[in-house]
Amino acid sequence: MDIFLQQLINGLVLGSVYALVALGYTMVYGILELINFAHGEVTMIGAMVALSVIGALVGHVALPGVVIVAMGVLVAVPVCMLLGFTIERVAYRPLRHAPRLAPLITAIGVSILLQNLAMIIWGREYVKFPPILSSATHQVAGATISDLQIFILVLSLLIMAGLVALVQKTKLGRAMRATAQAPQVAALMGVNVNSVISLTFIIGSAIAAIAGVMVAAYYGLAHYYMGFMLGLKAFTAAVLGGIGNLAGAMLGGLLLGVIESLGAGYIGDITGGFMGSNYQDVFAFFVLILVLVLRPSGLLGEQVGERA
Amino acid sequence: MTSRSDGPILLETRGLSKQFGGLAALHAVSLNIHHGEIFGLIGPNGAGKTTLFNCLTGLYTPSAGEVRLDGQRLNGLKPHTVAKQGLARTFQNIRLFSHMSALENVMVGCHVRTKANVLGAIFRNRGTRDEEAAIRSKAHELLKLVGVDKHAHSLAKHLPYGDQRRLEIARALATEPKLLALDEPAAGMNPAERVALIALIQALRATGIAILLIEHDVKLVMGLCDRVAVLDYGEKIAEGAPEAVQRDPKVIEAYLGGSIGGAIGQPA
Repeated sequence: MDIFLQQLINGLVLGSVYALVALGYTMVYGILELINFAHGEVTMIGAMVALSVIGALVGHVALPGVVIVAMGVLVAVPVCMLLGFTIERVAYRPLRHAPRLAPLITAIGVSILLQNLAMIIWGREYVKFPPILSSATHQVAGATISDLQIFILVLSLLIMAGLVALVQKTKLGRAMRATAQAPQVAALMGVNVNSVISLTFIIGSAIAAIAGVMVAAYYGLAHYYMGFMLGLKAFTAAVLGGIGNLAGAMLGGLLLGVIESLGAGYIGDITGGFMGSNYQDVFAFFVLILVLVLRPSGLLGEQVGERA
Repeated sequence: MTSRSDGPILLETRGLSKQFGGLAALHAVSLNIHHGEIFGLIGPNGAGKTTLFNCLTGLYTPSAGEVRLDGQRLNGLKPHTVAKQGLARTFQNIRLFSHMSALENVMVGCHVRTKANVLGAIFRNRGTRDEEAAIRSKAHELLKLVGVDKHAHSLAKHLPYGDQRRLEIARALATEPKLLALDEPAAGMNPAERVALIALIQALRATGIAILLIEHDVKLVMGLCDRVAVLDYGEKIAEGAPEAVQRDPKVIEAYLGGSIGGAIGQPA
């Protein structure tokens, strides 16, 4: 039972990070019907920038670890916001009225570009996250949960709640939903569609930056290639929940994290030791295949896409 | 009927043309609409009425000619700035934000006249909250005006058809237009709904808004409009008081193919 609970906790923590990244995919898809494959790389850049700042501060300033990490995040977030804005402006907006395949290809292009850029700037080696955060753990009904896990989970849930409030309760959120449902009509009602689209990328990228730092802190390292797998998992989470649907991205993220964690925890027992927890990634893509075959619109997605 | 056709000019199009490849959907159309006027635009299917609407509201870029609203040039402006200049429209095929409530649909229309920016949305300062409350009550009033307030919190897509058409009008009114362009507002309405619609249009005009009306129901147009223009194959073939236009041989020919004379009192 304690293995189950432990894997459930680990899964929820991992899943909350997937959910944050998935929100970026789903917001952009909701408005542009575009899969922004460069989004995983934005997450990676967020982690890398934060680690550079943290690395420069550690040992030079007498501040608590949490403050140093927060300063790293405070630099990474605006950098990623600018990056997200620029990606849309340069790679997607000129292709707004092009066939669907064209922006998909530029998305992959931007993704490769950013990976290689990161490799040039930060090198091919793993960048270590200095051990400056509390490593205290707590026992809960036979399972262990660390301060960092609690922090990641709580902060993720707060960000999700904040985003939902922004989209459901504010003028900007109404403009975003109106643009997603009927962009031409929204424009005729005075909504500046281009700024709404830019803001969508900026908000998604800010959240991605925070998620990137969480991943780096959780695994204790970052790597120029980390955005690829993280992006694919988050994309899977978005599809699982119903791409274009905010609640779906959150549900899909948490669910995918739990499925992966439980799968990794039990795969050894199930296969009699033939496969180990290193097969964790199999579950995400098995889920993706199942969803695409059985319910392509996702758990919370509408059965029929509509567009005014 | 009081004629408002001698006031100052509100909307002016001069030599407005729109080409789609080799097809001239609009050819050198010049119109003047005056402040407070109800102006009807009729013509057989495919005559270019909706194309004209799309050129006015910035959805299409005219191939030639210009559009002025209160002297301000509209063509070349982005659709969201056209709304700011005071031109709002509805659609022939209803285009609501179907997954938003009726109230929210109207609140989006208020967008153009409000100031709150992104920072306000994130930090929820006092000004933003006050403005939000003002938008909400204005939207409620507009829903009441068009008679859809009982559905304020239903999703737009769940409203009855006639109410969806009226909701589109409320949403357009939220932009505080000087000119409201209605693209076949009576399409699909039953006789009772039509009577209510006519009363609504007259009430709007009484508040000083000019109305540009595309309608297939010739009886409705003739009874309601101060002046009427007739489009055929993208060209304006007649313009003037409804009674005069109705007797114009060119109009009769456009509608009836010239085979028989007579009134065009029947819906097309």
